[in-house]
Amino acid sequence: MIGVEHYVLVSAMVFIVGGVGFLVRRNVLVSLMSIEVMLNAANLALVAFNRSHLAHDPTQAYPGQSHTGQIFVFFIIAAEAAEVAVGLAIVLALYRLRRTVRSDEADLLKN
Amino acid sequence: MRTLDILYFYFFAACALGGSAAVVIAKNPIRGAMGLLLLILSVAALFLQLHAEFLAAIQLIVYAGAIVVLFLFVIMLLGPSATAAHDRRGIAVRTFSGSLFALAGVGAVAMVARTASPVRALPRVDSAFGGIEAFGSVLFSDALVPFEVSSALLMVAVIGAIAVARGRQGVHTLSKSERAITQSAPPVDPSGAGHPADPAAGAGVFSHEIHAGDTKGRTA
Repeated sequence: MIGVEHYVLVSAMVFIVGGVGFLVRRNVLVSLMSIEVMLNAANLALVAFNRSHLAHDPTQAYPGQSHTGQIFVFFIIAAEAAEVAVGLAIVLALYRLRRTVRSDEADLLKN
Repeated sequence: MRTLDILYFYFFAACALGGSAAVVIAKNPIRGAMGLLLLILSVAALFLQLHAEFLAAIQLIVYAGAIVVLFLFVIMLLGPSATAAHDRRGIAVRTFSGSLFALAGVGAVAMVARTASPVRALPRVDSAFGGIEAFGSVLFSDALVPFEVSSALLMVAVIGAIAVARGRQGVHTLSKSERAITQSAPPVDPSGAGHPADPAAGAGVFSHEIHAGDTKGRTA
């Protein structure tokens, strides 16, 4: 039987892999993709918890089962689209200035 | 039916883990983007199993249709230089931090798994749950204000992205300090040989700017 624990476990493992990628890789593009991986893991956990806690919240206007986790995921996806647009623009600006996509060479603010 | 559910879950969970591992391991960012695509597709499949049909569709449209394609655009725009030249500098610190993070995460997961109560079946859902009608009703009643604010967020992000990515046109309009930075850092050569007129670095869209910078550096 598949319970909410299975989904949360998968989500945790994917999050760990994404976090390790963010820490270990130096390519800025790969770092951004690792952030995507971590956010996807968080989305999966939110949807799974929403699926297991369906009780109707009396303070909410919608009368049916609670969709709070799914609404959270919706806004995370919107924020993430904005983040990727700005992040990739910064990568292009960095490349134009330093001819590199390595994060350790982006040291314009150092000293 | 029950075994089919279990097989479905384990298949897509394995695909999600494999995709995320591909993002981290792949040397070529294009392969990494393909791994990200695999992860996104499997997470959408898991959303379907969790009765989040509308979110599964959103996941496919926004992530697979927009975000991954944007990544691929940028990787191809940068050309071969999107693959960073590999030197081993700082590899010890990075490996240490990564393994420390992984250790902490695996420890936390193990502790949670050790104290977990036996798995219970998920509660029954209404047929409307997760569909576009129920989701839209919540979105436009309880979540109306954040919905409007998120439209402002996307607007600001678009304007900011244009402003950052467009920059100043060409090297000759850079300020004095920026020009010094550009000229003090020679173009990074993936093969490791450091001569400036490097055909690999010149293959991208910015090649004309590289050559403009080179001639500027020689005449100045």
